[in-house]
Amino acid sequence: MARMVGDEVLEQAPALRRRRAARRRLHRLDALLSPYLYVGSFFVVFCAFGLFPLGYTAWMSLTDRNLLDPTTHFVGLDNYTALLHDSYFWNAVENTLAIWAISTIPQLLLALGLAHLLNTKLRARTFFRMSVLLPQVTSVVAVALIFTQLFSRDYGLFNYVLGGVGIGPVDWEAGRVSSWIAISTMVTWRWTGYNALLYLAAMQAIPDDLYESAAIDGAGRWKQFWHITVPMIRPTIIFTVIISTIGGLQLFTEPYLFQPLKNGALGGSARQYQTVAMYLYEKAFGSSQFKFGYAAAIAWCLFLIIVLISIVNYLLVRRIRSAES
Amino acid sequence: MKRIHGGRRWQVLAVIGAITAAVAVGLVATTASAKSRDDVTLRVSLFGDFGYHDLYKQYEAAHPGVTIKEEIQEYGPHHTQLAQRIATGAGAADVEAIEVGFIPQFTAQAQNFADLRKYGADGMKSRWLPWKYQQAVGKGGAVVGLGTDVGSLAICYRKDLFAKAGLPTNRVQVSKLWPTWQAYINAGKRYQAKAPKGTFFFDTGSNVYNAMIGQLNPAYYNAEGEVIVATNPSVKAAYNLTMSGIAAGESAGLPAFSTQWNTGYKKGVFATVTCPAWMMGYIQGQAPKTKGKWDIAATPGTGGNWGGSFLAVPKQSSHQDEAADLVKFLTSPASEAYVFKQTGNLPSQPALLKSAPVQSFKNPFFSNAPVGQIFANSALRLKPQILGPHQGDIQNASTAAIDRVQQHKQSPAKSWAQFLKDVKNVAG
Repeated sequence: MARMVGDEVLEQAPALRRRRAARRRLHRLDALLSPYLYVGSFFVVFCAFGLFPLGYTAWMSLTDRNLLDPTTHFVGLDNYTALLHDSYFWNAVENTLAIWAISTIPQLLLALGLAHLLNTKLRARTFFRMSVLLPQVTSVVAVALIFTQLFSRDYGLFNYVLGGVGIGPVDWEAGRVSSWIAISTMVTWRWTGYNALLYLAAMQAIPDDLYESAAIDGAGRWKQFWHITVPMIRPTIIFTVIISTIGGLQLFTEPYLFQPLKNGALGGSARQYQTVAMYLYEKAFGSSQFKFGYAAAIAWCLFLIIVLISIVNYLLVRRIRSAES
Repeated sequence: MKRIHGGRRWQVLAVIGAITAAVAVGLVATTASAKSRDDVTLRVSLFGDFGYHDLYKQYEAAHPGVTIKEEIQEYGPHHTQLAQRIATGAGAADVEAIEVGFIPQFTAQAQNFADLRKYGADGMKSRWLPWKYQQAVGKGGAVVGLGTDVGSLAICYRKDLFAKAGLPTNRVQVSKLWPTWQAYINAGKRYQAKAPKGTFFFDTGSNVYNAMIGQLNPAYYNAEGEVIVATNPSVKAAYNLTMSGIAAGESAGLPAFSTQWNTGYKKGVFATVTCPAWMMGYIQGQAPKTKGKWDIAATPGTGGNWGGSFLAVPKQSSHQDEAADLVKFLTSPASEAYVFKQTGNLPSQPALLKSAPVQSFKNPFFSNAPVGQIFANSALRLKPQILGPHQGDIQNASTAAIDRVQQHKQSPAKSWAQFLKDVKNVAG
């Protein structure tokens, strides 16, 4: 009996081994290929809606493509040379950078302070934490419309308050710097809470014993904030700086809706608050031009500007870290 | 754990299976129903409500097998999307509404639209106001669209402010006050001399300027289709006259459609405003409490128009014949008369403008002024003008130019120079 069983086992063994080997191969193949399959779906979508438009825009920027003209010619770098001599483009770059600086820097500092306050033992903490996110869930259109009324020349709230302290009515929309401030206020109001929550999440990951030992060493709250909190959440700071740079330089909706007449995207009578994204829109879709080739060149220049400034920002933020630690 | 996982997997699979089956059945069902009948579905794409619902029903009843589907979008997106769909050759509806501000852009590419002469448009030409019909005529005389309504133009004015400033308040006398635009600006000087504090003669220079430009022929384009903004003395004269009004302090400097402009209606900041027929509803909506304080007088010069639309059939439509027939129906005298009754949109056909329902139409909000008669006469007096593809952009640039002066950012001469540069940039 025992022999027979042993024989059977011996006879079955190669088949079993083969099956096991096949299974192992399959398993190895699974381990090897399925991760690609999982990420693959993202890359298919990314190629179709990210990479392809990017490449197509690059090609279009080298042509004189116009939506109204069925024929398209290759023009080389003509669009880019024209752009470099286009004073309206440089005006838009200047406006964009100014609005970005006026909105992003106070916004991130405010968010840092706000997050610090929310991280302390407040009463009704969850309520406050949730309420800083409220501006984020309101629609941009509503924000822009309400702020446009607040910044209205004759009956706006801001001028009413300023009038109370004797500062004569400011025509926010007409002035250059004043329109920048008005638009920056909308951006800051909308994004401060969002950044504060990101900082808060990072702050909560800081172990308490760091603060405790610092307190024992005699570090005050301010010192603790600068020497423990800020260095510990630095990756988050870098993240928010990069993200708000990208968002700020692509600014469109707020200044577009700030215009009294939403006919075209001139950004004020003297283009005092026309951003690069608005200028792109003017050239591509603004009532009758449809200069897609030229607009594509603007898009690529905007992309380069964003990359450049992001790198500079990253280096700056990193430098501060190395100096501190 | 494993068993639960297995169970869940089966649930997921079952749900996916059910969804796939439902979609597949749905697809089969729709294709089957589409194939089973030989029906035509006509898509009509409009901006805002044109008051066509009952007319569709009427048309469908008279044409068995035709189903009409209406799509409504906002003014700006509608026209941008139409331009994209025409350019890419797909997606446009069978009947597309085009506003007068955008019509030059599409008549410039008449090859992309059905020439409605093929469907007898030239035989019906005399139905429409000559300038209205002409606006939709493209290269080689192709008729791109047929006119629906017109905005016409008059001057809405505040009787109470006029009385305080010592100007006549009766609408016949007020109309006599300004036979020309020069007289209008002069009346403004009279108003400003005794004006109630904080009030101005008109809302913004660009509205006055655009009304003047509307009466010119040629204005921005000559018969050869060239841009003549820089060389046309009449354009410069209109600009200069506007500037003299601004210099005399007649302008409230409120950009049209801004929040300040809207508040200006409520607070009675300006005494007159260039007023197309559709502006009556706008004023009522913005300042309902000013009822009875307004009246309406004739426009200076030779009539005017601001707004109004056309219906066109893109060539990419696979039902051009049926769509053209629907366009003819919707713009027929009977339909336009019906729409006027429904919405108050002014017809674009002289016979209707002269008909009793329009001529006897009065508006109680505007002191019972015979608005039908005033607007009809203004539309009837206007002469045709040659438009060009960049009309809208030139107008935007001119508005910015006038605003720069009103906002004290530039001198009239400098602003004019930049305007010419912008025009060259846009249309050159």
